Amino acid sequence: MDTITVTIDGQQVEVDQQATLLDAANKLDIEIPTLCYHPDLTLHGSCRICVVEDAESGNLLASCATPVTDGMKIKTASDKVITARKMNLELLLSDHPNDCMTCEADGACELQELVYEYGVTEPSFGLMEEQKFEVKNENPFIEFDQNKCILCGKCVRVDNEVQCSGAIDFTERGFQSKVGVPFDQDLGADHSSCVFCGQCVEMCPTGALTYKPAKGLGREYELESVQTTCPYCGVGCQIELKVKDNKIVKVGSVYQEDSPNPIGETCVKGRFAYDFVDHPERLTKPLIKKDGEFEEASWDEALDYVADKLTTITEEDGGEAVAALTSARCTNEENYLLQKFMRGVVGTNSIDHCARL
Amino acid sequence: MEQSIYRSHILICGGTGCVSSGCKEVRSSLEDELARHDLEDEIKVLETGCHGFCEKGPLIIVYPESVFYCELKPENMEKLVEEHILKGKIVEEFLYQEPVTNESVRSYKDIDFYKKQERNALANCGHIDPEEIEEYIATGGYQAIGKALTEMTPQEVIDEVKDSGLRGRGGGGFPAGLKWQFASEAEGDKKYVICNADEGDPGAFMDRSLLEGDPHRIIEGMVIAAYAIGADEGYVYVRAEYPLAIKRLRIAIEEAEEYGLLGDNLFGTDFNFDLHIKEGAGAFVCGEETALMASIEGKRGMPRPRPPFPAQKGLWGKPSNINNVETYANVPDVIQDGAETYKQVGTEGSTGTKVFALTGKINNTGLAEVPMGITMREIIYDIGGGINDGKEFKAVQIGGPSGGCLPEDKLDLTIDYDSLLEVGAMMGSGGLVVMDEDTCMVDVSRFFLDFTQSESCGKCTPCRVGTKQMLDILERITTGEGQEGDIELLEELAENIKSTSLCGLGQTAPNPVLSTLRYFRDEYEAHIYEQNCPAGACEELLGAYVIDGEACVGCTACTDACPVDAISGEAKEEHQIDEDACIACGACVEKCPVDAITQ
Repeated sequence: MDTITVTIDGQQVEVDQQATLLDAANKLDIEIPTLCYHPDLTLHGSCRICVVEDAESGNLLASCATPVTDGMKIKTASDKVITARKMNLELLLSDHPNDCMTCEADGACELQELVYEYGVTEPSFGLMEEQKFEVKNENPFIEFDQNKCILCGKCVRVDNEVQCSGAIDFTERGFQSKVGVPFDQDLGADHSSCVFCGQCVEMCPTGALTYKPAKGLGREYELESVQTTCPYCGVGCQIELKVKDNKIVKVGSVYQEDSPNPIGETCVKGRFAYDFVDHPERLTKPLIKKDGEFEEASWDEALDYVADKLTTITEEDGGEAVAALTSARCTNEENYLLQKFMRGVVGTNSIDHCARL
Repeated sequence: MEQSIYRSHILICGGTGCVSSGCKEVRSSLEDELARHDLEDEIKVLETGCHGFCEKGPLIIVYPESVFYCELKPENMEKLVEEHILKGKIVEEFLYQEPVTNESVRSYKDIDFYKKQERNALANCGHIDPEEIEEYIATGGYQAIGKALTEMTPQEVIDEVKDSGLRGRGGGGFPAGLKWQFASEAEGDKKYVICNADEGDPGAFMDRSLLEGDPHRIIEGMVIAAYAIGADEGYVYVRAEYPLAIKRLRIAIEEAEEYGLLGDNLFGTDFNFDLHIKEGAGAFVCGEETALMASIEGKRGMPRPRPPFPAQKGLWGKPSNINNVETYANVPDVIQDGAETYKQVGTEGSTGTKVFALTGKINNTGLAEVPMGITMREIIYDIGGGINDGKEFKAVQIGGPSGGCLPEDKLDLTIDYDSLLEVGAMMGSGGLVVMDEDTCMVDVSRFFLDFTQSESCGKCTPCRVGTKQMLDILERITTGEGQEGDIELLEELAENIKSTSLCGLGQTAPNPVLSTLRYFRDEYEAHIYEQNCPAGACEELLGAYVIDGEACVGCTACTDACPVDAISGEAKEEHQIDEDACIACGACVEKCPVDAITQ
């Protein structure tokens, strides 16, 4: 494919014809701040934080939305650029509560980071004085505070383009615009098509969408990340456990091209059903029922017990007397092994899987 | 179709303006009178589109004499039929009276409002029945399609439009031919043409009048554009608040289909074209082309970044050409008469005519089509008849919420796309709001910002929040809460919103503020530093009314006029106003015969 050469902050770079100014800057490791841009979502171009200056015309261009043209000369940190970014941050702040001290997103808030970086210490238009919207948090999983929303639209796009739930979209006009839900109800309410995949929370750059079960359990910077495979089914989705004091605080997304869920997709179970990990009633050892009561046993005891019983049954009544039910939580290989064992060793075709139930 | 022969045709304006002033009742009374005298077979009554002179509606023109009657009432019809139709005597009292000379004018052609106009796009409006395709054909309609399809290649059509210099009449003024060229060159198995009839500027109604008065002209323009770019399907995006325009357009499309002017194999060629109507739901931002296309697709009307431009990726991702109603209305003339003839009118950079909607404090409100290059003074004084109630002209707001306010010293500016941009305004869709000495320019800015703020789609930060901040500042200035630094803050905000907003709505939203700051900065300063509204319009800044005891004659006219009984005093004695009770409505000032009440 043909390439194009552009100059960014005095450095030349050769990029694909289809590239944007942001792509070109990234190639040079020149950082341009963004709030609404995400490589896996359609282009939105709404936050106007990523503006850069065309050195020739002096025009400000949204770098995420502007394709490169040959010979273009761009300034990413001119006074004009900094002033514009700063004012757009001030505008966002004027419509945002000043509660970073208690906000769940503190330390992981992209708006907070930029406001800090650009030194917006005295915002020209003040901060949000009166709460515009009631916080929606009756459901068990997601707290939705529209007051903290900066309308970057990443949640709307991931919901409609990746998860395809159609649970949220923009409503109202002008200053009253918001990310809306049907009949202004809570997520998951009667008319909501939300499936609590949590993708919107992952995308949210501020504290507008947060995980309710994780509330108060730890700041982002206190959490240790552990990438793992979701234990719930055989798909093998990659997830990121956010752990504090050896306890799972929340489950984040992993964006990894070669994984089964490259855009961080999970279902409600993978995202929220991690209680069992530290549950006191979780089975950690085999149990064998003796005299009507379960008693702890060693793995050798348990396996011997099962092997004996299978042998007895097959000798007395034939393999057909045995059936096996496997689990979606096992891997494909494990499921394969069990059916092979049942057909080849035990001698039965009665084998099924819980996902069919 | 066979047309019966009538002794006389009576044309009654059926535009939305005249419908509001009662033309339906006038028509039914007229028909009753004609029936009473058994004249139905001799006299034909036709309901036409808008004549443009809405101020004087309901309007009637009686042919063949072409006598123009105005401000008619249903009860006038008896006299009109008996005198004019039966006896052939012109009814003087229903004629238009020149406001200066008080002379009655017989023909509309002799009325100042029409004399300086050059009605090309509006040529048929008010003169043909828009619901009869034959009437359009009889005026030479649909000949341009025939010419284009049978005598010209698509590229020749594009070249003709390019050569004509026709520029987009919707606001931006982009050369139409160039736009067509881009759409023609774009690769695609399917292309669309779209007509933007989402007329949203406050006070502008030329697109509505064109669709109501001459819908076939728009269809013809669109078919020619479709042929030029290689499209076989089109949409007219028209706001649902224009029911009459939609109805007439629908009839026109059906008629054109019946006559083989829409559909397959037009004029025996292999060119096919189908046209649909899409009704908009009233969002101002849907006049922005990418938002408009999203709306046709059934999505929320929200603009997207450009490029890609519609010519490359338009409706449903296909190359599309989108023009405004008035632009398409100019196309048949360009093709039929040729670019050379078309260019004879207008200026070098802005050819042809432009329709302006005259509103505000002006005597003749209505629609006027004038050649580009005319001065603002000619439009306001010669066509518009000057300012209401003998007041002084103060400013004219041109171009709607995206435009600017121009002061008196710009009255002699010749109007074209480029000259307006130079002085901080823009052509826009052609709304002209005239303001007199009683209009506060800060309040005007506040009005327009209130409009753009409520109509912002809310997508991008500067438009959604920036216009709100500008509005808040303007509100505090007009209520006497203005602070030092507010003007500078307004300027900084305006610059940011202009340079970083996503679409044209945001990029032009600060224009009313910037232009009033440029020409009427002293009014802003008076509000902020002197707590004074020089126009006397901002209520919170008006002081209490007082009666000059020496001048007062004790006539009690003020006492009677006061709605809150704040004035006391015996007859023939000096009166007083209770400051606390006074609501500063000014009713007493109007009534005082000796001008004894001041503020």
